[in-house]
Amino acid sequence: MTSFFQIIADGISIGALYALVALGYTLVYGILQFINFAHSDVFALGAWASLTAAAMLGLSSAFGAQVPPFYLTLLVLLAAMVVCGAFGYAIERLAYRPLRNAPRLNVLITAIGVSLLLQNIGQLEIFRAKNQGMTVYSIPFGPFPRVMPPMIVNESITFLGVTFNTVDLIILAVAMVIMIGIEWMIFHTKIGLAMRAVSFNHRTAALMGVNVDRVVSFTFVTGAVLAGAAGFLYCLKYPQLRQTADTMWVLFGLKGFVAAVVGGIGNIRGAMLGGLCIGLIEFLGVSTISSDYRDVYVFSILIVVLLVRPNGILGKAVVEKV
Amino acid sequence: MSPRHLALLLPLALFSAVIGCKKDPQAGGAGRDTGTGDIVIGHYASMTGSEATFGQSTDNGIKLAVKEINEKGGIKGRKVKLQTEDDAGKQADAVNAVNKLIQQDKALAIIGEVASSLSKAGGQICQKEGVPMISPSSTNPDVTKIGPMISRVCFIDTYQGAIGARFVLEELKLKKGATLYDRTQAYSSGLNEGFVDAFKKRGGEIVTQQAFSGGDTSFSAQLKEIAAAKPDFIYVPAYYSAIVNIGLEAQTLGIKLPMIGGDGWVSDVLKSSRDSLNGSYFTDHYSKEEKRPEVENFVAKYKKEFGSEPDSMAALGYDAAGVLFAAMAKAPTLNGDDLAKAIADTKDFAGVTGKITLNANRDVEKRAVVQKMQNGDFVFFKAYEVEK
Repeated sequence: MTSFFQIIADGISIGALYALVALGYTLVYGILQFINFAHSDVFALGAWASLTAAAMLGLSSAFGAQVPPFYLTLLVLLAAMVVCGAFGYAIERLAYRPLRNAPRLNVLITAIGVSLLLQNIGQLEIFRAKNQGMTVYSIPFGPFPRVMPPMIVNESITFLGVTFNTVDLIILAVAMVIMIGIEWMIFHTKIGLAMRAVSFNHRTAALMGVNVDRVVSFTFVTGAVLAGAAGFLYCLKYPQLRQTADTMWVLFGLKGFVAAVVGGIGNIRGAMLGGLCIGLIEFLGVSTISSDYRDVYVFSILIVVLLVRPNGILGKAVVEKV
Repeated sequence: MSPRHLALLLPLALFSAVIGCKKDPQAGGAGRDTGTGDIVIGHYASMTGSEATFGQSTDNGIKLAVKEINEKGGIKGRKVKLQTEDDAGKQADAVNAVNKLIQQDKALAIIGEVASSLSKAGGQICQKEGVPMISPSSTNPDVTKIGPMISRVCFIDTYQGAIGARFVLEELKLKKGATLYDRTQAYSSGLNEGFVDAFKKRGGEIVTQQAFSGGDTSFSAQLKEIAAAKPDFIYVPAYYSAIVNIGLEAQTLGIKLPMIGGDGWVSDVLKSSRDSLNGSYFTDHYSKEEKRPEVENFVAKYKKEFGSEPDSMAALGYDAAGVLFAAMAKAPTLNGDDLAKAIADTKDFAGVTGKITLNANRDVEKRAVVQKMQNGDFVFFKAYEVEK
């Protein structure tokens, strides 16, 4: 039996990742009232883009476990965020904007289509870079699982009887910084004001001189950039990446979505809270009951929340969405 | 002939047999071969998906065998044509792939799958349609129990698990073990069962058995349980798609126990597992470093053809095709029943992975090797001959 505080530490670390993914769902839902089901694939893209970027910079897991200098790690993170942001923009521009005024169901189906498209394109292998007979990276990513080279020194630190890994602390710190940044952006900047206005009513906002297209694009790109960062952090924690169509990505994305709903979809703080809740409950269940029902705990919470508080934990507390 | 016609014919044929007709009851695939043109053989495999290296390696092995037989002039003067279908590692797709190979491509024999659960799905159809199927590397005991059309060229799970147990007790001299297996894969639970049974029977002790399910990426909860039970080693009979994360997580948790695995470890992905799996062992079908003429020949030809080194999936694919071609050459006709009988009669076929003799269940008992992970590569450690 692991101690209660240890479970909390483990839960928070994975919860921070769920929270980052949940932020993407919540941002888009807050603005457009629709669920971007391709978000989990953008998350997978973030993880694979990190791996590809790392390999292109000459870092490869096959050749030792040296950690690259700090700025290279940041460069890889940046690359993942930029690639995902670009894809976020393209998805919105090409798939969702033409359907902005179409029935909700059409948009939903398109989202699933985009998701399948990304999953399957990710399995192609058009270009392949080899080193010493082993494929180091390929573009797109190919069907084979690969291993992320080490980007940080991952050590166990024991503090007051609770063991942390460095990677958990980094995930928590990066997630915190990003969340506070988003919160600040939405409530203290001009684009944030525009986002709130569009989420309120995009026709009225347009009449007031807000460029709705730009705001929507911006929201999508922000959500995708967050997914990119989450993807990068994910492969720090779990270095072996499965191919893009693996159900594991969809499941991870679904849990992020559950986090958004549990916290109150459309609510930024709700997404953070929901993410941490899901992470904690998952780990609590895994450590005290059995790891066989890992996913059951998460989805049971979804059902309970939907029955007891359909708007999520913070759904009612804040009237102004996004 | 469509399956519906066959379904109608079968009871009729049985009926005629019952009322004393001398002629044997005709199984579905009895008259499938036209006797002329190319001999089509089908291969269904996970060419994409999480276990894609299995499918691609196997396919390369079969391609090499097909190329060789065609260079020698084919079988009975006819060329062999290979048709490969991707099942993406999914059962529904495997069923579709086999149906397509039989109905549309008119395959006279099927090779596939690596994963036992997929062989079971595809095997049902081959049995029903009367088309012989050889599985190159499905190790679950139930696969060949589907019926007389199904056979294999690899050893079975319980046998491989027992080899693992023998190796740990005799070679490593470790007595207290923990296991960590994938409960969603027939392969993994089968190996786990075989290992645990044999290990206990030979006087070892299993302190804990932990399970995970297919898509899991985090194993820290199970690993912590294992560490708390204080074993001497961990037996991890899972597919490579889970192994790297298990190794790295164990390393981060400070668990320094040797890990023992099975042939599901075979993949280049493990070679980039940093140094977390250094000093682990796994049982395998063959090693590319063995000094047997069959192996040396095969490795050289494979390298020339594909520019990389063949893993055991490639070797088994090559052997499955080899056994099939030998049976085709021997069989009086290439119709389902005759061919299945010729395959079942295979004796002392000198394969890359050892001598292949099918027993009454159309299973093989043959030599196994143990490979060691060393400096990011698989190194041949020891071979185990069949225990009489």
